[in-house]
Amino acid sequence: MNPKRKKRLIYVVLIVAGVGAAAALMVTAFQQNMMYFITPTEIAAGAVQQGRSIRLGGVVSEGSLRRENDGLTVHFKVTDNANEVPVRYKGILPDLFREGQGIIAIGKVTADNLFVADEVLAKHDENYMPPEVMEALEKSGAKSPHKPEAK
Amino acid sequence: MTFAEFIDMGGYGSYVWSSYGIALVVLVANVVIPLLSARKQKRELLGKLKRMENS
Amino acid sequence: MWQFFHKLASPKFFYDFSSRLIFWLAIVTIILMASGLYMGLVEAPPDYQQKDSYRIMFIHVPAAWMSMFVYMVMAITGAINLIWRIKLADIISMSCAPLGASFTFLALVTGSIWGKPMWGTWWVWDARLTSELILLFLYLGYMALRASIEDKTNASRAAAVLALVGVVNIPIIHYSVEWWNTLHQGPTVTKFDKPSIHTSMLIPLLLMAFAFKTYFVSVLLVRTRTELLVREFRSSWARKELSK
Repeated sequence: MNPKRKKRLIYVVLIVAGVGAAAALMVTAFQQNMMYFITPTEIAAGAVQQGRSIRLGGVVSEGSLRRENDGLTVHFKVTDNANEVPVRYKGILPDLFREGQGIIAIGKVTADNLFVADEVLAKHDENYMPPEVMEALEKSGAKSPHKPEAK
Repeated sequence: MTFAEFIDMGGYGSYVWSSYGIALVVLVANVVIPLLSARKQKRELLGKLKRMENS
Repeated sequence: MWQFFHKLASPKFFYDFSSRLIFWLAIVTIILMASGLYMGLVEAPPDYQQKDSYRIMFIHVPAAWMSMFVYMVMAITGAINLIWRIKLADIISMSCAPLGASFTFLALVTGSIWGKPMWGTWWVWDARLTSELILLFLYLGYMALRASIEDKTNASRAAAVLALVGVVNIPIIHYSVEWWNTLHQGPTVTKFDKPSIHTSMLIPLLLMAFAFKTYFVSVLLVRTRTELLVREFRSSWARKELSK
């Protein structure tokens, strides 16, 4: 390689390395803010200000789902297997919402430690398979069971 | 499976087919646009060459 | 091998060779896409959780993969142009941008349409979605930069530097779902520990992914050939080609 090309190659490597380092630093600095949601444990630890809008992420506790008579308001608990947070939500739930499902609720923590959600989003897993295969896997214990319908 | 069931996609038909429809439009556009521009450019370049030869 | 690459970099040889390549790639694309669509839409069973809505995956995932792949091609050919000043590399880099932008747009739109029934929202500002949106802006910025600089050589160098700077976004997109809590699920196919997609769904997905690749190469070559003619029209081979 002639010296001119070598110099250009070095420039290119420097650009990529420099920008990469800057991005890595920014990503580390913003680590907290980049977190899309917080966990029930963080709420239990009192890390969350009351009345501030936050995103709560976790799994809907088995057997915690209860509907009010108006058919719109639902109560359920969100768990991260260490702590639970009771949630109240009024509105239409996503199709994937069921007990045992990972969800994200957007709302505020009230004084009596109830989480009042304005919006509930379902987070699905990265598994794709036919229902029969999932059933077989659950029977053999390779996968933890899921609830097909909680409605 | 009937044809109607196929179109319905278990109730998700509008979501599934709109996705595939948009994909079709984008993929076809990316074939047609370069082909049309190739024809147009060739015509223009040929004209340029002719003018260069004449002058 | 090296001789072949040397020959390929010569405009005349590239022009002749790519003509035949486009023809065969188009046929392969049609076969792959037809079989992928049939297996994905008709033969594959519905998903245990997402029912039939998961079939959007056969467009969404290949488009998302391509959005990153095309960017890497654009950046690498940009770097080759910066260092070795190879004209063909610059033309390829330039032809990548609108195609990459299209794939990114497709990934974002189909993801949004998929997200509405499954997640319950069209859009969230989480790390995966935001970094993919930044990718779209990088492509658009690249095209705008090229269009705004009059001098072709300067434009190609400035655009190549922008493309290189944007490369940092690619690992961020890929690892965003592992580094941060996001709404988007983790990787399905590219994780190594255990397969988490059933074969009946994986095969159409891979067929579609390959179809998108061959599609990309063939339309890229069409764009590249045109630009090559525009830049070389005074040379004897181009004159012959034009007067055909």
